[in-house]
Amino acid sequence: MVQDWRKLEVVDRCVADSYETPTMAETHSLQDLQQPAVSSKVFVQRDYSSGTICKFQTKFPSELESRVDKQQFEETIQTLNNLYAEAEKLGGKSYLEGCLACLTAYTIFLCMETHYEKVLKKIARYIKDQNEKIYAPRGLLLTDPIERGLRVVEITIFEDRSIGSGR
Amino acid sequence: MHLGVSESMRECEYSQISTRSSTPMETPYKKRTPKKRKWESFPGRNKFYCDGRIMMAKQTGVFYLTLVLILVTCGLFFTFDCPFLAQTLTPVIPVIGGVLFMFVLGTLLRTSFSDPGVLPRATPDEAADLERQIDVANGSTGYRPPPRTKEVVINGQTVKLKYCFTCKIFRPPRASHCSLCDNCVERFDHHCPWVGNCVGRRNYRFFYMFILSLSFLTIFIFAFVITHIILRSHQTGFLNALKDSPASVLEVVVCFFSVWSIVGLSGFHTYLISSNQTTNEDIKGSWSSKRGKDNYNPYSYGNIFTNCCAALCGPLPPSLIDRRGFIQSDTPQLAPPTNGITMYGATQSQQSHMAAATPLLQQQSTEPVILTASPENGGTLPGRTSLTLGGPCTSLPLGQPTPPTSTPSLSCHEATDMLPIHGHSLTHNHTHPLQEPLPHHHFLTPEEVPSPPGMLPCGSPLGHSHTVQAGFYNPASQDSLHEDSVRGLVKLSSV
Repeated sequence: MVQDWRKLEVVDRCVADSYETPTMAETHSLQDLQQPAVSSKVFVQRDYSSGTICKFQTKFPSELESRVDKQQFEETIQTLNNLYAEAEKLGGKSYLEGCLACLTAYTIFLCMETHYEKVLKKIARYIKDQNEKIYAPRGLLLTDPIERGLRVVEITIFEDRSIGSGR
Repeated sequence: MHLGVSESMRECEYSQISTRSSTPMETPYKKRTPKKRKWESFPGRNKFYCDGRIMMAKQTGVFYLTLVLILVTCGLFFTFDCPFLAQTLTPVIPVIGGVLFMFVLGTLLRTSFSDPGVLPRATPDEAADLERQIDVANGSTGYRPPPRTKEVVINGQTVKLKYCFTCKIFRPPRASHCSLCDNCVERFDHHCPWVGNCVGRRNYRFFYMFILSLSFLTIFIFAFVITHIILRSHQTGFLNALKDSPASVLEVVVCFFSVWSIVGLSGFHTYLISSNQTTNEDIKGSWSSKRGKDNYNPYSYGNIFTNCCAALCGPLPPSLIDRRGFIQSDTPQLAPPTNGITMYGATQSQQSHMAAATPLLQQQSTEPVILTASPENGGTLPGRTSLTLGGPCTSLPLGQPTPPTSTPSLSCHEATDMLPIHGHSLTHNHTHPLQEPLPHHHFLTPEEVPSPPGMLPCGSPLGHSHTVQAGFYNPASQDSLHEDSVRGLVKLSSV
C-alpha cells in the first residue's frame, strides 16, 4: 500500500514538473544546482601489465578533455597507483605483520587494522581532497575505487546545466 | 526555433526522470525504515551470520562435519590419552596439542567465515560502459557476436580475460566464477566444501595454515595415541590396553584415514605456493610447459622463497564487498544520455538484447551439479559452459526475444529507460520509467520486447554460443558432461 501510494506521488511530481519545464526555466536551474544531473560516467580500467597488483590505466579519457587538464588527471591516477603499490608492497614490514598475524592464528586482525586498510583510508582522504580541490569545481566526481571493487576509477561527469537551460 | 525549445524540454525531462526516480522522493521513507546493510541484498548465494560479519557458502553441511571430526577426535585425545601421557611422559604433550588444536580451529574458522575475495558485481553504469567498449572494439560487423574476451599482457605473457555474464565484468586475471556461491572470486583457488567456503585471495593463507597445522595435529595425535597404546600394553598387555582405552582405537582409525589426504593436500598446496599457482590454474594446466614452450607463470616472483612469503605473509587485501555497509538508495542514477540516440544500430540492438537476456540465462545457469567453480576456460574447454547451461537452455529459443531495431543500445538498464520514450506518447515519458521498480529492469526487457526468433543465435556472444548450441545439439554436450564430471571429481578429490 505504502509503495503504491509513493509511486503515485512520484508520478504526480513528475507530471507537475513536466508542466513547469517550459515556463519556469528559472526554478529549474535552481533545482538543478541543488541536484546536478549526471550526464555520463567515465571508467578508468585496471592496468594488469605488471600482474594483479592494483594499478589503473593512466590513459587520459577523451570525455574529460574539455573539463580537466590531462597532466592533472594523470597525476591523480599516478598518485593513486603509487598508494596502492605502497599498500601491496612486499617487504619487511608486511612480512612482519603477516608472521605476527600467523602466530596468533590470525586472531590479531580482530583488533588490529592491516597496513592495507590504513592505506585505503589514506586513499579515501586523497580522493576526497582531490575532488574538493580539482574535480568538483569542474563538474566531475571521482569515486573511490574500493567502492567499485578496485576495478575501476569511476568519474561522474555532471551536466553543466547553466549552459544547457540557457540554450 | 520551435525545434530548439522542444529539444531542450526533452533534455530537461530526461534528467528529471532520472533524478526524481532515484533521489528525493525516496529519502524520507528510507529514514523511517531501518537501514539495510549490503549483505542483506547480496546477489551471490552466500550465508551471512552475525549481521554480515560471517560469510559462508550456502551449503555448510560438510563444514560442520569437518568441525565435528576435529572436535571429537581432539576431545577424545585430550580426555582419554593426555592424562596418561602427561603422567607417564611429560605434561608438555597436552600443552603442544592444545596449542596446535587452537591454531587449527582458529585458522579453520577464519577460512570459513571470511570473505574469500568476492568481486562485487558491476553497477549498471559500469556494465553499460563495458558494453560500449565491446561495441567499439568490435566495430559494426553486422550480426556477428562480439567476442567477450579481452587480452592483456601480464609480465610478457598474454592472458585472456573472460567476460562474466553474471557479474557483468571482465574477470580480472586469476579470478574465476564460483558456480556454487555464484560469485567471482579473486585469485580463485577452489571451492572447498570442507571449510564451507570458496578459497580465494583473501583466505588462501588461512586455508593453507589450516591444512598445514591440521596435518601436524593429525600426525601428532596419531603418534601419541600409538605411544599411549604401546606404553599401556607394556604394562597390561596389548588386548587389555585396547580394552582400557577404547577411545584410542577410534582416534587411530580416524587419524589413519585422514592423515594421508591431509598431508598430501598440504604437500600439494606447498608446491602451489612455492610456484605461485592456484589449484584452478594447476588443474587447467594454464602455465604448464605442455601448452607451449614459452608458457610460464607470469605471477611467479621467480624464487620459491619470495613466492611463499608473498602468499603467506604478504599484505592482506581488504574485502571488496563492504558487506556491513549500508545500502545507499540515493546514489544518482545515470540519466539516459541524450547522445544515446546516435547509437541505435542493428548490432547495437543485438547487443543490448544479449545484455538484457543474460540475466535470464544466468538465472537458469545457477543450478550446476558439479562441485567445481566454472573456470575461465570457455575457449579451451567448450564443454564447461554447455554442461552447466545445457539443460535449461533448451527452452531458450522459444523464450528468448530479439528486440526490434529501434531498441536502444548500451545496457538493459538504459534499454528499459529509453524504450518507452520511443514506443509511447510523450506523456508516458515521465510516468513509465518510474513505475517500473529499478531492480526489475534487467528482467523486464527481454519479455517485453517482441521478437522474431530467427535472429537469436547471432546475438549470442562467445560464451553463450556454446550454450545455445548445447540446446540444439544435445549429443555433443553429453561428452562434455562426462568430461566435466571427471574434472569435478578430480577437483573434489583434491579438496
